[in-house]
Amino acid sequence: MSVFAFLIGALSLAAAIGVVVSAKPVHSALFLMANFATLAILYVLLDAQFLAAAQVIIYAGGIVILILFVIMLIGHDPADRSQQGLTRPAVASLVLGVILLVSLMLQLTGQLELGAGGGIASGGSPSAIGTELFTRFLLPFEFVAILLLVALIGALIMGRRESGDPVEEPAG
Amino acid sequence: MDSNNLFLVLGALIFVVGATGVLLRRNALIIFMCVEMMLNSVNLSLITLSRMWGNLEGQIFVFVIMAVAAAEVAIGLAILIAHNRHVRNINIETLNLLRN
Repeated sequence: MSVFAFLIGALSLAAAIGVVVSAKPVHSALFLMANFATLAILYVLLDAQFLAAAQVIIYAGGIVILILFVIMLIGHDPADRSQQGLTRPAVASLVLGVILLVSLMLQLTGQLELGAGGGIASGGSPSAIGTELFTRFLLPFEFVAILLLVALIGALIMGRRESGDPVEEPAG
Repeated sequence: MDSNNLFLVLGALIFVVGATGVLLRRNALIIFMCVEMMLNSVNLSLITLSRMWGNLEGQIFVFVIMAVAAAEVAIGLAILIAHNRHVRNINIETLNLLRN
């Protein structure tokens, strides 16, 4: 299992790097979908079956499709200067990334000895998650429902065309 | 190496890649994708820790983070489309309406 987990993890990391270095937004979105799918496989290995299914449905099925639709609408950015090689801001961001990497790894190596634990008795099955969600975590669950409602209304208001807005000419 | 540690290290690596992408790219959509990737790497860490401690609280947390991520994407993309209607591109260097 460990070799399998290592392979899937390597794929996931490669897809993550692909998201950052792809020149076209569509390629980034497809790499993002690969990253989400491989993470869903890892969730199954980690006793989180319900979350693996939710990951595929919400992220790979919902969020990536939404991003792809928006790319079709407005994805073209002729003035994208992030592909012009190693400018000074690019070098600065890479240096900051390395600093973050080193500090995270130093933190992790201090924590790794607690990594021997193993397994949840009931696993992350839908019934186990549902029982927890509707008993101990009922209030947060209701807040999540309100959050989603507010986000829905907010997205509608944001996306609406106001009377003063310029009329969109047909593309071409 | 224990596989739990492997997952924690992988979560940290994906987080770093996402954070570097946010700093590196100027296309607002790709910055969005990198933010989603960072949220996902934290989800992976939370699920791993939930398994280490042997209870389900981490997985409930991941459920809530997924809902927040979905809300964030819907609002953020709506803002991008509204912005694109006024300024004909999605380069974040043009997102300066509130400056001055």
